[in-house]
Amino acid sequence: MAIIKGTGIAAVNYPTGMNLGGDPSQALIHATTTGNFFISLSSTDLGQGLKTVIAQIGAEALGVPFENVLINTADTDTGPHCMGTFASRTTHRVGNAVVQAAQEARKVMMEVAADELEVSPDDLETDGQGNIRVKGSPDRSIHIIDLALAAHFKYGKTISGRGIYMKPKSDVDPETGKMDPDSTEAHACTVAEVEVDTETGEVKVLSLKSAYEVGRQVNPALVEGQIRGGSLMGMAHALYETTQPYYPAVDHMPGGFSEYVLPGPMELPEIESVVLEYPSVNGPYGVKGVGEMTANSPIPAIVNAIYDAIGVRITDLPVTPEKILRALEEVEI
Amino acid sequence: MASKIVTFTLNGRRIEVLVKPLTTVQTLLRDQLGLTSTKAGCKQGGCGSCTVLVNGDPMMSCLLPVEDVQGQEVTTLEGITPTPGLHIIQEVFYENFAIQCGYCTPGMIMVSKALLDRNPHPGREEIIDALTGNYCRCTGYEPIIQAIEEAARRMNGNGN
Repeated sequence: MAIIKGTGIAAVNYPTGMNLGGDPSQALIHATTTGNFFISLSSTDLGQGLKTVIAQIGAEALGVPFENVLINTADTDTGPHCMGTFASRTTHRVGNAVVQAAQEARKVMMEVAADELEVSPDDLETDGQGNIRVKGSPDRSIHIIDLALAAHFKYGKTISGRGIYMKPKSDVDPETGKMDPDSTEAHACTVAEVEVDTETGEVKVLSLKSAYEVGRQVNPALVEGQIRGGSLMGMAHALYETTQPYYPAVDHMPGGFSEYVLPGPMELPEIESVVLEYPSVNGPYGVKGVGEMTANSPIPAIVNAIYDAIGVRITDLPVTPEKILRALEEVEI
Repeated sequence: MASKIVTFTLNGRRIEVLVKPLTTVQTLLRDQLGLTSTKAGCKQGGCGSCTVLVNGDPMMSCLLPVEDVQGQEVTTLEGITPTPGLHIIQEVFYENFAIQCGYCTPGMIMVSKALLDRNPHPGREEIIDALTGNYCRCTGYEPIIQAIEEAARRMNGNGN
């Protein structure tokens, strides 16, 4: 009986958005009287940082400061339609919708600025600090607050825009299986190092080291947050979590966190990642998705590392100490 | 059984509450007093999201009968949040991306506060040890550990 180390590797190609497409997301933008831009969505921020990255994309496309962009994701009864937050799709799908809505709103913003500054809209540019100025003469400018007030109270105009993004649903050719399943693909590879205790069957993950290719990163700190969180979630799928430990039998279904086992800070392995950026052709500013995929490659990497350590391939998740001990017993007989 | 009047100090103020026997501090805080920063994750003492401080020690309020805090000092996240502004621990959680969905955050912050009050310069192992009763599903813990290390540096031995 001993503690044996093993190393495993696994890769994932992750299609951004719903399989085959046909999953629209809408965005509506309007300026308030005080020059803030309000983006209405029905997409959900469940902690992944959607509101932040969408505000960044909206600010970039409108040409206004990040602080002036407000995001509302409150109500699917009243908001513009979104297919949902899943399949690593929202930065790509919603981001595209927001860029389209921002272009329409920006056009009105530039028209009002042109009227106020008595020039053609083509001669104007945004400085990203909240001013719209005449190209070549930066002292001739108008701030978005004054501009929004003028639009509302002088010209009777609404600075607003509509956007929708949908990759048309691809049909599958029944003869050949030919289809167009995805709009863009992100990629990752994880190397896992584990220690298996052959006496207790316990697996300790020593490290998860990953390389990610996720298109352009809108917010690198949030990307890292997804990768770190996903690494631990993948590890939990590989080793701990299950609602039906003896599937298809329903014995020992967990009734709480004492039976449904999650990793705590004690189980935290060394997690390291590098991110490569190869911009996509159809994402806003070249983004791809990096959400759900982060829990993917750690799972087979850990299972492969266990195989490397003990020489027995376990094909049933999670790899509990019980499964390891039973597998070792079979080999010894 | 008849309801009881229990008197204790909540966030620095003496209060008197009327509760049925075995009402938990969690239920009192959330449903009776409207202090909802204390979360209700599992109601089994398994997740730590309901952690409050009793005389400075972290306790899971979902397992704590109100009768047991008679005469004691209870502190919730509302009690350590200045008006206006944020506590240093809240600031560092915010700045270090130690929050994603935020559901574990109040419990994590209360555990951190208890740790830093007791041990102003905790090592990494001591921080991990303090966090073992609290689950986080989103962050992978590392940003939380780093936030607490940063809080310790900023507080410089002053836990308030």
